[in-house]
Amino acid sequence: MAAKGKDSPAPAQLDPQATLESTAMLLRELVAHLRQNRTQLREEWARRITRAQLLTAMTEEEIFAEATSVYDNYVEALETGTFEALQAYARNLSERIIPRGVETHEVVGIVLLLRDVLARSLFGKYHEGFVQERERIIRQQQEAIRELSTPVLQVRERLLILPIIGVIDPQRARQLTEQLLRAIRTNRAKVVVIDITGVAAMDSNVANHLVQTVEASRLLGATVIVTGLSPEIAQTLVTIGVDLSEMATVGDLQGGIEEAERLLGYKVLPLEEVTPKA
Amino acid sequence: MAEELLVPITADVDVVSARQKGRELAAEAGFSSGDQTVIAAAISEIARNILMYAKRGEITLRTVMNGDLDGVIVVARDQGPGIPDVARALQDGYSTSGGLGLGLPGARRLMDDFDVVSTPGKGTTVTMKKWRRRHA
Amino acid sequence: MEVPILKQGHYLIASIQSALTDADLSQLREALIERVGKYRSRGVIVDVTALDVMDSFAVRTLRDIAHMARLRGAETVIVGIQPEVAFAMVQLGLTLKGVSTALDLEEGLAFLDRQARERSERVQGRNPRG
Repeated sequence: MAAKGKDSPAPAQLDPQATLESTAMLLRELVAHLRQNRTQLREEWARRITRAQLLTAMTEEEIFAEATSVYDNYVEALETGTFEALQAYARNLSERIIPRGVETHEVVGIVLLLRDVLARSLFGKYHEGFVQERERIIRQQQEAIRELSTPVLQVRERLLILPIIGVIDPQRARQLTEQLLRAIRTNRAKVVVIDITGVAAMDSNVANHLVQTVEASRLLGATVIVTGLSPEIAQTLVTIGVDLSEMATVGDLQGGIEEAERLLGYKVLPLEEVTPKA
Repeated sequence: MAEELLVPITADVDVVSARQKGRELAAEAGFSSGDQTVIAAAISEIARNILMYAKRGEITLRTVMNGDLDGVIVVARDQGPGIPDVARALQDGYSTSGGLGLGLPGARRLMDDFDVVSTPGKGTTVTMKKWRRRHA
Repeated sequence: MEVPILKQGHYLIASIQSALTDADLSQLREALIERVGKYRSRGVIVDVTALDVMDSFAVRTLRDIAHMARLRGAETVIVGIQPEVAFAMVQLGLTLKGVSTALDLEEGLAFLDRQARERSERVQGRNPRG
């Protein structure tokens, strides 16, 4: 499964060494912030899960208990720098709760909500009192958000989900593609859902990367479904010459996951059982 | 520490040899496995060009250090017929059907720096480079 | 270096073991086409797991194999393209469009079986039991 890279991409203009150090420092501050505000952030997350009508198969106490576990694991993953622990947990989580009637998209949804809760909290914290160094801090914020935002999730057999949020620059896009392709191979994935709901804008460079990712995934035998395509990004893709009718797109992540599950035969009986013998 | 390797290109086994040596050099320079593959592919295209159009030539592989950057430099030289219109050769969309083409646009896409000097009747020199930032 | 070609029922499986020169690739193409005709194979699998680079010549050859096999009634699947090789290929602009690909040998065989089944269903027409 994809692991978060240890080396942070260094912005071209800055001294790489100093940037690495300040990113590490920011991460430490971030972890401290998340630990300090553990109670209220977990509560907010659990609240938003309920408001979004996710995990309806679980009681509020159960939701809060799961939220606590995942939250603590998440902070630990940030601290130690590996997302493997979190992904392993997410996989266990889905294996435990899916038999109880919880849908795949709900699991993904709650992880995305956590990221959103943490991202907002982070923006909130750094907004106060850093007026002079706004530029630098914003750049570092974005780096931290990126650190938070892109593990490749496997919540079903042979189905990978890559939710992308925040700012994607060419270097990050490249890392994502490499991570995804490795994950396809490791997990023998047949379908990949790439969700770009959280991506505000995409220049033609990054749009090209997206197309390349779809094509490279196909070479590994996987079908890619792109979800959350905004009209603006659709326009960018058309401008760089992408034939959208060739790219499988679905409006939202939930729809994309349902389509993926259909392709994988989860909701429909496998062909072998339905085909009448000649 | 810079290293330089010369690979003569006279037969198609040399194409394989050049790209394997290129991969090894890139590995020594600390390039990721993905980048090693990319560099090897670019070398393969350029080496095949030499064979197809000039029948013989040579490829020089070098690693360099430039500040905090490590790089691989590939220089492909031949004394073949040359390319009459370099700009056009670089432009021709490498058809996605992988049709016959000089492979130059493709190799250029893969590498960071790319330069072609060619004189019809005299020969061609292709210089391409890939860089990586050295991490602490 | 010759690429070993196995006959497995109606399928031919070519497993590339190491780096191939252009001449080796051409030879593989000839060998496969000859055998497809000889055995009236229904499917061809080319396993490229061991290739650490796939450049324009390799892609062109694979495409030729698929095209010629199809003319003789056989489906071709390329399996085992490594993640990094796939990435380099798309950056080079090589997409193997029109050629089926699968993750590995197992998936490739499953794909060919599915194709064969669908083909025989089409030939036999609808089953009245539905």
